[in-house]
Amino acid sequence: MRPMHHIISTREYTKEMFDEILELAELLEPIAKGEVKSKLLDGKVLALLFFEPSTRTRMSFETAMIRLGGQIINMGAVEASSIAKGESLSDTIRVVSQYADAVVLRHPREGAALMASEYTSAPIINGGDGAGHHPTQTLLDLYTIKRESRLDHLNIALAGDLKYGRTIHSLCYALSRYHSKINLVSPPELHLPDRIVDDLLKRDIEVNITTNMEDVIEDIDVLYMTRIQKERFPDPAEFNRVSNSMRITKELIQTAKPEMKIMHPLPRVNEISFDVDETSHAAYFKQAFYGVPVRMAILCKVLGMEDQVREGKL
Amino acid sequence: MSALQTEGTSTDKTDKKRSDKLGDKNDLRIKAIENGTVIDHITAGQALNVISILGGGENFTNTVSIVMNAGSSRGDKDVVKIEGRELTEKEVNAISLISPKATVNIIRDFEVIEKRKIQTPDYVCGIVRCINPNCITNSEPIESKFAVAADEKVKSLVLRCVFCESVMTEELIQFIE
Ligand SMILES: [Zn+2]
Repeated sequence: MRPMHHIISTREYTKEMFDEILELAELLEPIAKGEVKSKLLDGKVLALLFFEPSTRTRMSFETAMIRLGGQIINMGAVEASSIAKGESLSDTIRVVSQYADAVVLRHPREGAALMASEYTSAPIINGGDGAGHHPTQTLLDLYTIKRESRLDHLNIALAGDLKYGRTIHSLCYALSRYHSKINLVSPPELHLPDRIVDDLLKRDIEVNITTNMEDVIEDIDVLYMTRIQKERFPDPAEFNRVSNSMRITKELIQTAKPEMKIMHPLPRVNEISFDVDETSHAAYFKQAFYGVPVRMAILCKVLGMEDQVREGKL
Repeated sequence: MSALQTEGTSTDKTDKKRSDKLGDKNDLRIKAIENGTVIDHITAGQALNVISILGGGENFTNTVSIVMNAGSSRGDKDVVKIEGRELTEKEVNAISLISPKATVNIIRDFEVIEKRKIQTPDYVCGIVRCINPNCITNSEPIESKFAVAADEKVKSLVLRCVFCESVMTEELIQFIE
């Protein structure tokens, strides 16, 4: 029997591990678009355990599973479930993993997915654990960069809230495997934590830190924008000043390379003005779609179907 | 009188000198106990924390002797002696976190039958509480687990939670009761 394969964190992933999933995703893209019908996961059941709402992650997993011919079970609202009666996560996992062939777990506490993987009889896919990891987001970000720009020797700017954004932290480690040049654009109070900058430098990554978007806009291939949360600022006036200085407008990107792409994990509030949507730079809605083939690739991998995908037996 | 006989008090200068000369072998011989454990070379000031690791409190019925700030050739140290009891691996691991240079001497029939340096383990399980209140180990009935590493910068141990990756330096370590 092959060992169970969980997807908990991409922190220690090598380039080869990333590439393997990205290549599977590319093969699965016609199915994700509905152009090719597939019964690859016919008879398989995926359990979605969402202990906090995350519409996008949940719906893209549902889409991925349905497009591959599989079925989904949900636990419904937390308030109505056994969790509300005080059942521990470890007990829930022990039970649910017997119903399904794989489990997607979204949980507000750090380390939940790793813990779940110690109690389960089915593969666990981490759909986000508190401020911890969200590996399928990282993989879909990489996939978007690969499809819309290029991964090797990329010049990328990460902008917005670099301090608290786990999406950004995981993406930094992933990009370091591809020798990207990383520009960090944020207000001083939301700088990328020093330990991550140190880790990047140790991996020989060129890091450029600035507070000013204009410094980098002409040179970059990708601009990855994140939301700045109001709660991070005690003073609303300060929040307004900072969020305005970080705002991406059509005017700002005038000097950008024509092939420069803008990404955002969504939902956006006002960090990207709506007139940017119609430009060829906007890649954030595509990015949301790419979550589907990437999650298909992950499902195929944890369910042991990757060889079938590679052999074209879709 | 040697350091170990002045139990619970710190030694005066003459005692310190003499015990320096005699060395720790002498400490143990003088304080002959029939069966039990002598934890020697505890980092000065950590004796009471060692006792709390061993579960000192109302339910603790073994005879315990504590020597604080005892002199020895290796500098100031504390010594803890427990009669009629040996340490579990978990306890030894916990002691290693607050006193990495300690030695554990197991005594049977007045003889030191085993003397070993405490080794800092690569992982400690179920001993320390994670500092991150949002860590899964603080809400689920599971053992905490930390990777132990020496931090060159701060010259002490650092623990990294395997579950949430929070990093704790020595002074932040909280033992699970
Ligand atoms: Zn933790």
